[in-house]
Amino acid sequence: MTPYARLLLAAAFVAMLATPALIRRFGPGVPVAADAADAPARYGFRLTEVAKDSGIAFVHEAPVLDPKLAHIMPQVASMGAAVAVADVDADGHHDLYVTSSGAGAKNRLYRNRGDGTFEDIAERLGIADLNHLDDGASMGAVFGDYDNDGFEDLLVYRWGRPELFRNEGGRRFTRVTGTAGLTPWANINTAVWLDFDRDGRLDIFLGGYYSETVNLWNLPHTRMMPESFEYARNGGRKYLYRNLGNGRFEEVSEEAGLVSTRWALAAVAADLRGTGYPDLFIANDYGVSELFLNEGGRFREAGRETGVGYAPKSGMNASVGDVLNRGRFGIYVSNISEDGILIQGNNLWVPAEADGRLAYENLARAMGVELGGWSFGAQFGDLNNDGHLDLYLVNGYVSASPGDSYWYDFSKVAGGHEVVIGDAANWPAMRDRSLAGYQPKKVWINDGAGRFVDVAQAVGATDRHDGRAVALADLSGRGMLDVIVANQRGPLLLYRNDVAPGRNWIGFELRGSCRPDSPPASCTNRSGIGAQVEIVWAGGRQLQEVSGGSGFCAQNQRPLHFGLGAAASIEKAVIRWPSGAVQEIVRPEINRTHRIEESA
Amino acid sequence: MSPLVPDKRYLAPALVTMVLLAGQVTFGFLESWSRTVLAIVTAIAVEIVLGRLFRGRWPHLASAYVSGISVGMLIRSPAFWPYALCSAISITSKYVLRIDDRHLWNPSNFGLVAMLVLAADTVAGLSVQWGNTLLPMAVVWVFGFAIINSLGRIHVTITYVVSFVGFALLRAAITGHPWPSEVAPITGPMYQLFIFFMITDPKTAVSSVRGQSLVAFLVAAVECVFRLLEWVHAPYYALFVVGPAANLVEMRLGARRGAAAEGAPAAAGAGQDFAAKVAVEPADVRRRPSTG
Repeated sequence: MTPYARLLLAAAFVAMLATPALIRRFGPGVPVAADAADAPARYGFRLTEVAKDSGIAFVHEAPVLDPKLAHIMPQVASMGAAVAVADVDADGHHDLYVTSSGAGAKNRLYRNRGDGTFEDIAERLGIADLNHLDDGASMGAVFGDYDNDGFEDLLVYRWGRPELFRNEGGRRFTRVTGTAGLTPWANINTAVWLDFDRDGRLDIFLGGYYSETVNLWNLPHTRMMPESFEYARNGGRKYLYRNLGNGRFEEVSEEAGLVSTRWALAAVAADLRGTGYPDLFIANDYGVSELFLNEGGRFREAGRETGVGYAPKSGMNASVGDVLNRGRFGIYVSNISEDGILIQGNNLWVPAEADGRLAYENLARAMGVELGGWSFGAQFGDLNNDGHLDLYLVNGYVSASPGDSYWYDFSKVAGGHEVVIGDAANWPAMRDRSLAGYQPKKVWINDGAGRFVDVAQAVGATDRHDGRAVALADLSGRGMLDVIVANQRGPLLLYRNDVAPGRNWIGFELRGSCRPDSPPASCTNRSGIGAQVEIVWAGGRQLQEVSGGSGFCAQNQRPLHFGLGAAASIEKAVIRWPSGAVQEIVRPEINRTHRIEESA
Repeated sequence: MSPLVPDKRYLAPALVTMVLLAGQVTFGFLESWSRTVLAIVTAIAVEIVLGRLFRGRWPHLASAYVSGISVGMLIRSPAFWPYALCSAISITSKYVLRIDDRHLWNPSNFGLVAMLVLAADTVAGLSVQWGNTLLPMAVVWVFGFAIINSLGRIHVTITYVVSFVGFALLRAAITGHPWPSEVAPITGPMYQLFIFFMITDPKTAVSSVRGQSLVAFLVAAVECVFRLLEWVHAPYYALFVVGPAANLVEMRLGARRGAAAEGAPAAAGAGQDFAAKVAVEPADVRRRPSTG
C-alpha cells in the first residue's frame, strides 16, 4: 500500500468514526431549544402546571410488598399512579379519579367545580379507602356506565381484588364487586371497558401482570419474577367479563379466545378494521405485544400476522390515534431506551394494507417518536388545535440518588438464564440507586407531514418525576386539551393548556341510546364507548373513537376533541355507533362541543 | 486440499450461521433480518473493495462474513445505519490499524466498541435473547465446542469461561451481591458469540497456546475490573484493551528475540523456535481460519 493510499484510507476511517457525531449534529430529531417565551407563536400552545392553584395536592404512595422483596422494592413496587377522567355527577365538567397504592393511602376523586378549581369528594362518595394489606393496592381505574343508567360507574383494578362500584346518580358509589362476580384475586395492571359482543352492555377486560397465584404481600418464596426479560409467559392471566345485564358478569376469556399469560401492562380496545367490533391490543412487558382481532365476538391473536408481535420489548403503553389523518388508527407502544445500554425504541404501528389484510409498519423512527427513555404512559391529542394529533409521553422509572445508577446490576441479571432472573433473591440490592430516573418528558407535536418534533421543554412540560399515567381533558370547556399526569411516588400534575388564538376546534360528546331495560343488541352503551366520529374538513379527515381506557393506567375525557387549525368550517361529521347505526351531521358548528344522543 | 475435506476456514462461518438460525428460528432474536443482512453485505463489500484497492487481490470472505454476522447479532439499534457503519468500521480497522503488517484488534470487537462509545444514543449491545432457556444455548455450546476444538482454540474458550466464573465468585465476595447475579451474564447468548468468535480469533491472538490461554485469562481479569466499575459492556472493552496489548507485547518480544538470535545464532534454543513462528506470522496468519 502506498503512503498516499494509506493516508486516504486513514481519512476514510476517521470519517466513519465521526459519522455518529455528524448524524447527531445534523440529522433529524434535533431537540428544540427550551425557549418558553414564544412557545404559543412557534408551536401554537403553552402548558402551565397549575395543580396547586387548582386545589390539587396529591402525592402518590407506592405499595410496600413482602419483606423478601425489600432489596428491590423500588423496582417491583414501581406502578400504581393512575388517573381516569369522567363526569361523575353529570354536571358537564370533567372530574379526575387518581389512585395511590400505599397501605392506608387514599384514592381521590377531584370534582371539577367548573371554575378552574377542584375538591376531593372520594371519601364522601365511598371510593377513597382502597389500599389495604389484606385485599390489595390500587393500580388504576376506568369509568364506564355498565348499567346504562346515565352515570359513570367505576372499576378500580389492583394487585389484589378488583373492585366495581355502581354510581348512584352521582351522589355516591356502591361497591358491587361480589354481585358482579369478579375474580377475588389477581394482579391487574390494565383494564378497559368495551362492548366486545355489541350487545349494548359494557364488558370488562382485565390484564394480569404478576401471576394471579402470587400474593405480593405474603410470598412463600421469591421465584415470582419474569422468567425472561423478553420471552416471559409466567405473568398474569387475562379476564374478559361479559356483562349479563343484571348487574352480573360472566368470565368468558377462554371461550372468547382471549388466552395469554404474558405480563400485560397496557391495553386499548378500538375498531381497527372497520368491522364494528372492537379489537384489543395488549402491550406486554418482557415480551411481544398481542393483537386480538375481534371476529364477531370471538378473538383471534394476530400479532405475528399483522407484524406487531415479532420483536419482544417492554411494552408499557397502548394508545390509538389517526396520526396521518387517513381515517385509520395507528397504535403507540412505549418501551425502554437508555443510551448505550438498551435501545428498544418505542413503536408507532401504522396500518398498511397488504393483500387486503391488516398489517402494521413501525414508523416510530421515521416519524420521530421512537426514543423516550424508560417510557410509560402516552396519549394522542391535538394539543395545539392545528388539525393533527400530537403525542404526550411520560417516562422515568426510579428516581432516587441522582448520581448512583442501578443500570449495571439490572442489565447484568436481566441478561441471565431464567433460573437467575426469575428469582428475586438473585437480584442485587437497589439501595438508594436510580434506574432511568429524572428523565425529561416528551411532547411531540405533529407537523402533519409525517414528522413529530419534541417541544416539551419549550412549551413548559419541564417536570422530571417518574411519570406513569397521562390523560387529556378539556377541564375548563375552552376547547383546549389540558394534561393530567400521575407520577409514581410523586405529585399529580395538572398542565393547563393555552392554545394560541386563531385555531379552531370542534368536540363531540356521544351518548348511546341504551337504557337499563333495553333488550340486548338493540342500541349502543350509554357511555358511547366504541362509537367513532370521522370529520371531513379542508380536504382532510380524521377519525377518533370513544375509549374505555387507553395509555398506561389512564382514561381520557369521554368527548372527542378535534383541532381544526384555521379552518372556519367542517364539511361533515360521520358518527358510527357500535349498534350499527350511522349518523351524518353536515357542516356542524365549530368551536363548541356537540352533545349527540343516538337515535332510539 | 482434498475436495472431500472441508476447508477449515468455513467452520467458523458455519457455526456463526448456526447460532443465527437457532436464535432466529426458535425465538426470533434478530432486530430484523434486513438489518443483519445489511451488516453482512456491508462487511463483505468493504472487504472486497479494500482488498482489491489496497492489497491488489481478491480477499477470502469468510472473515468478513463472520464479522458482518456478528455485528448483525451483537448490536441493537432501531436504525439501519449503525449496522452498516459498524460493519464498515470493523473491516476497515483491519486495513488501517496495523503494525508489522498485522492487524491488532478483532474487527467486530473494534467496531462494536466504536459504536458503543461513539453512538451510544442509537446503539446498544445485545442484552438478552434466546428466551433464556437451555435448549438453544446447549445446542450452540455443543457445536461451538466441537468446531472451536477442531480449529485448535478450545483452550482459549475454556480458560476464559473458567476464569470468568472464578472472577464472578470473587466479585460476589467483594460486592456482596448474590453469586448467581455475577455468573448470570455468561448464561446469555451475547457471551456465546463472545467466547466462540471474538476471543478465539487467531488473526488477532498471540501465537503460543500458553500465551493464548494467558490472554484469555487476562481478558477475564480486566473484565472483572471493568465490571466492578459497573461498565455494562465490560467484556468488549476488556478484549479491546487486552487483545492489542498482548499482540504488541508478542511482537516486541519476537523482535527482540529475533535480534538476539541474529547476534548469537548458536544460542537460539527455544527463543529461535518462537522467533521463527513470529517471522512467518503474516503468511501463516493468512492461511489460518478466522473467527472474525
